[in-house]
Amino acid sequence: MSVVKLARVDKAFGQGDVVALQGIDLEIGEREFISLIGPSGCGKSTLLRIIGDLIEPTGGEVVVNGKTAHRARLDRDYGIVFQDAVLFDWRTVAKNIALPLEMLGWDRGRRSERVDELVELVELTGFEGHHPWQLSGGMQQRVSIARALSFDPPLLLMDEPFGALDEMTRERLNLELLRIWEASGNTVVFVTHSISEAIFLSTRVVVMSARPGRIVGIVDVDLPQPRTAATREEPRFAELIRDVRRLLRQGGGFDVEEATPSGEEDLITAEEGL
Amino acid sequence: MSTTVVEPIPRGTLGSRVGRNLWDWFPAMVVFVGGIVLWEGLVRVLDIQDFLLPAPTEILDALWTERDTLFGAAWFTFEEALGGFAIGCSAAILFALVLARWRTLATALMPFAIAANAIPIIAFAPITNNWFGALNQLSKMVIAAVLCFFPVLVNTLRGLTSVRPQQVELMRAYAAGEFEIFRRVRFPNALPFIFTGLKVATVLAMIGAIVGDYFGGSQDALGIQIRLYTGVFAYPEAWAAIVLASILGILFYGTVAAVERLTMRWLPSAPAGGE
Repeated sequence: MSVVKLARVDKAFGQGDVVALQGIDLEIGEREFISLIGPSGCGKSTLLRIIGDLIEPTGGEVVVNGKTAHRARLDRDYGIVFQDAVLFDWRTVAKNIALPLEMLGWDRGRRSERVDELVELVELTGFEGHHPWQLSGGMQQRVSIARALSFDPPLLLMDEPFGALDEMTRERLNLELLRIWEASGNTVVFVTHSISEAIFLSTRVVVMSARPGRIVGIVDVDLPQPRTAATREEPRFAELIRDVRRLLRQGGGFDVEEATPSGEEDLITAEEGL
Repeated sequence: MSTTVVEPIPRGTLGSRVGRNLWDWFPAMVVFVGGIVLWEGLVRVLDIQDFLLPAPTEILDALWTERDTLFGAAWFTFEEALGGFAIGCSAAILFALVLARWRTLATALMPFAIAANAIPIIAFAPITNNWFGALNQLSKMVIAAVLCFFPVLVNTLRGLTSVRPQQVELMRAYAAGEFEIFRRVRFPNALPFIFTGLKVATVLAMIGAIVGDYFGGSQDALGIQIRLYTGVFAYPEAWAAIVLASILGILFYGTVAAVERLTMRWLPSAPAGGE
């Protein structure tokens, strides 16, 4: 059974004058790791929010876990991680992680047991009592990931979770995320600006075009699992990067002037030298 | 992860924190004691008259001899301030909750609230005396309450509505309803703002109560006592009453500030001598 099924999904903002997404068809199976990649403004974050029922599509059908996206959200079928860790300053690391569990009505004993497991999973043992301001950006993001996984949702939505981190932290967290994904066995939909990150992590990379956002192509990443630091050195890795870049260019992804009217930093251009 | 171990920040025992705070207070204490000594010296050397400025020792002396009258009056007026504070602040917080929930109401009402804030409330003191009776503490509480209302309202409302959109989005992703978002995000987020308003309100409540007294009231009130003392040229006694009012004001503020620190221990410690 597919975990996410999108059929002819459209999204327009305003009076329909800004078309963010157009005719999106995508099926995501169990245990897949899907990256959405495309230029700024291609609607990949919007698509993620549509899957999560945080934004309503203008048209089309969204099925998550065999139900409507709305039902799936109310059933807490997914965990979500944003670019910003979105931790609550007044809660400790342990209590931030336990937040969804509190909302699910888990009792204290069960919560703390689960928090212990998660803290170990994201390697933050010893920091349970710390407050967010006492942590580095990378550590904050690991708390955010632990929180999203706390109730073991079948689906994990990630919106550029490592976009604000430095390259070294990002690569280390990439490896950690894969380890966590292996261990938890859930499906991941991952939005990113970085081609190498998308290929390194994913089973499939969905390449989107500049506005209106359409799917230009899907690249099957046939790199062996589990991936290691050495994966990036393989010739196949470079080939896949070339494939993704070709699709991005087809979709107008390298046309920076048009694609990023906000003047936002475009990581895709920055990585052209790969 | 051994490459990125960040040293846990020492939480510090209560003892070491207090010790550090005492040391932080040292320069302020020096200024305080120095100021008192200078005051005493200048009054003696320049032979300044009592009605202009009595010496600190005279004031202290008056405070001791008139202690029964003064302490009773101070408590009476403090009750007025406290009552006004309680009424004004709870009304403001309730009002802010309503306005935060129904934003159209806020756009309709806030201009009037802002205009009302520009009214010199104190000017109404003789009128509230008519409404509630000059001898009734309630007439002063109302003045204090109205003074407290606005800063608490504005701060609380800002706190409740300045939540980061992503925090709300995250809560919605976990199927939280409006009430749960309020309880777990909006309210904790508003707490620092609310306390800022409450601290301002302590000062305003004291001002409202004492100035309210000036417009007439029971002999038991501190404001009336100040007027009576100055009427009979008992200036050190009047000053003693003022000192007492100041001490109460500072204690009131300090208590609210202490509750704030206890409530929000998650915050990085504030810089020494802040506020």
